[in-house]
Amino acid sequence: MTMATDNSITVKFFARLREELDTTTLTVEAQPGLTAGQLLRSLATKGGSWAQLDGEQPVMIAVNQVMTKPDRALQPGDEVAFFPPVTGG
Amino acid sequence: MIRVQQQDFDPAEEYRALRNSGSGTGAIATFTGLVRDSGDLSGVTGLFLEHYPGMTEQVIEGLVLEASRRWDVRDARIIHRVGSLALADQIVFVGVCSAHRGDAFAACEFIMDALKTSAPFWKKEITGDTEHWVEQKAADLDRTQSWD
Repeated sequence: MTMATDNSITVKFFARLREELDTTTLTVEAQPGLTAGQLLRSLATKGGSWAQLDGEQPVMIAVNQVMTKPDRALQPGDEVAFFPPVTGG
Repeated sequence: MIRVQQQDFDPAEEYRALRNSGSGTGAIATFTGLVRDSGDLSGVTGLFLEHYPGMTEQVIEGLVLEASRRWDVRDARIIHRVGSLALADQIVFVGVCSAHRGDAFAACEFIMDALKTSAPFWKKEITGDTEHWVEQKAADLDRTQSWD
């Protein structure tokens, strides 16, 4: 986890993922061409409960609070959220 | 009107507000969802509801706009509660007014179905001694897809 800078991306987790990863928010450095799916897979390499981010369970992705596909390229300042399929209503 | 809140709501108040949507309104359809005693688990005594503040409201606004494109929607009021809820508590309210009943029924059902599969809310079931994050149901996805 790094301090927020102008070149940072905010990553949020919700519900079961938030609990199992014991993480609500973290900050990563933006990298040219980095996609949301690539970020997810790189987080999975942290091991332990993070390994589930590598396709083991369905993970939904939102960028700047809009649902998106894994191939979405991330920009500095973006807010990325990873969460389980939604179950409201 | 879209509200995400911890506190309970009064459907009668929402209904009164819907009745003030103008003289062209001829039909009001409302839906209220409650906490029941069995879901993924049996013996459910309560729920915990989490949401993604900001995105939730944005997604529901989009659903109301989509409903307005498809049907005559004079007004819509949607309330979804978050936080800790007990058995039989109200969870969600959707109320729609239209000129005619067909549009009111359809828009209300569409908003509710699409909310369940696209608005970022998550339910955790609580029983005596266990907690369980509810799994998304294929039947709910099918219902949403049936509106495509």
